[in-house]
Amino acid sequence: MIEWLRRLGATTLGSLGRLGRGTLFLLNGVAGLPSLLRRPGLVVAQLYSIGVLSLLIIVVSGLFVGMVLGLQGYYTLVDFGTAERVGQLAALSLTRELGPVVTALLFAGRAGSALTAEIGLMKATEQLSSMEMMAVDPYRRIIAPRLLAGFIAMPLLALIFNFLGVIGAYLVAVEMVGIDAGAFWAQMQANVSFVDDVINGTIKSVVFGLVATWIALFEGYDAPPTSEGVSRATTRTVVNTSLAVLGLDFILTALMFD
Amino acid sequence: MQNSRTVEIWVGLFVALGLAALFGLALRVSHLNEFRNGDGYRLTAYFDNIGGLKKGSPVTMAGVKVGQVESIRFDQQYYKARVELIIRSDVDRLPKDTNARIMTSGLLGEQYIGLEPGAEDDYLTDGDLIAHTQSALVLEQIIGQFLYSTAAGDK
Repeated sequence: MIEWLRRLGATTLGSLGRLGRGTLFLLNGVAGLPSLLRRPGLVVAQLYSIGVLSLLIIVVSGLFVGMVLGLQGYYTLVDFGTAERVGQLAALSLTRELGPVVTALLFAGRAGSALTAEIGLMKATEQLSSMEMMAVDPYRRIIAPRLLAGFIAMPLLALIFNFLGVIGAYLVAVEMVGIDAGAFWAQMQANVSFVDDVINGTIKSVVFGLVATWIALFEGYDAPPTSEGVSRATTRTVVNTSLAVLGLDFILTALMFD
Repeated sequence: MQNSRTVEIWVGLFVALGLAALFGLALRVSHLNEFRNGDGYRLTAYFDNIGGLKKGSPVTMAGVKVGQVESIRFDQQYYKARVELIIRSDVDRLPKDTNARIMTSGLLGEQYIGLEPGAEDDYLTDGDLIAHTQSALVLEQIIGQFLYSTAAGDK
């Protein structure tokens, strides 16, 4: 019984400690942002490895998610004689939910895991400590540019995902199944609001971008400096980011769409 | 890492693609809310029953959208629904005795307000009240009336 209580206490203290270290880590990273104004090249390099290298998976999955939405939507809606509304269905699903969420999940797998492994290895091979020895602040030099790059890259990736999803739905609904192109676009445009749907979806992806990058960087920074520790941290990044994104998505949806 | 020029070009392309997607979504996929503050004029109408009318539902005239529902409130004084409409400012010649009806597009479609012009020479202006209204058709009431009339016909 005492042993069980001890374990509960240890787990609670451990999680609280991680939460505290994570928050301090984020604050330190944010405090390092102003110094990036003098070194924009660092952010550009990170935008390349976080954003540009994630483009392929985002483009391909956006196109296919849109095509599947178009096809499944068509099968259901054609029974009600409203097949041309498939464009509206695809565009609303993509801009409100699927775009930001699926992009964040793919981002966690593609860019988040890479960030964790990179930071974890930097720590394990004592590159971060040697930077401190040379009076280079690793928060400014390493963490802040990655944080900012993730924050910028995620909404851009989600927008690209959304647009290609709509193109995918168009290809299936108009080119393959034969719905009238005019009705397809008109129904979509009449029922998708720029502010309520597109902008709210983009706000979601900005939040996800911050959370996903934060978790990835912190897991790497907090990982035990062994190969096993880094590999576990990489797994935890993907799992924790996915859980955080899905949970936050529910809260944001409840707040945004009434 | 490739040389920084290639990296910069790729990042530039990435940002441009993202912004192009935003423009594509704005222009092709979605619409901006047509009515901003101060754009168009407001009319008020009281209905016995608004059915499934919602904020943002279209207001049409001869099937053409001329405005939208701005707000819906319950009026405790008359026990009716008070609906504020906002009408496009270029549609400024609605006669005073214009009739507002809540209609349904299709059998199961969304509800909207259809305006039918009256015959008076004076026009409605900002803040005016639409006196002639007709409530939404509630399916249960119609079925109830139908059952009642068939039962009466049997005797």
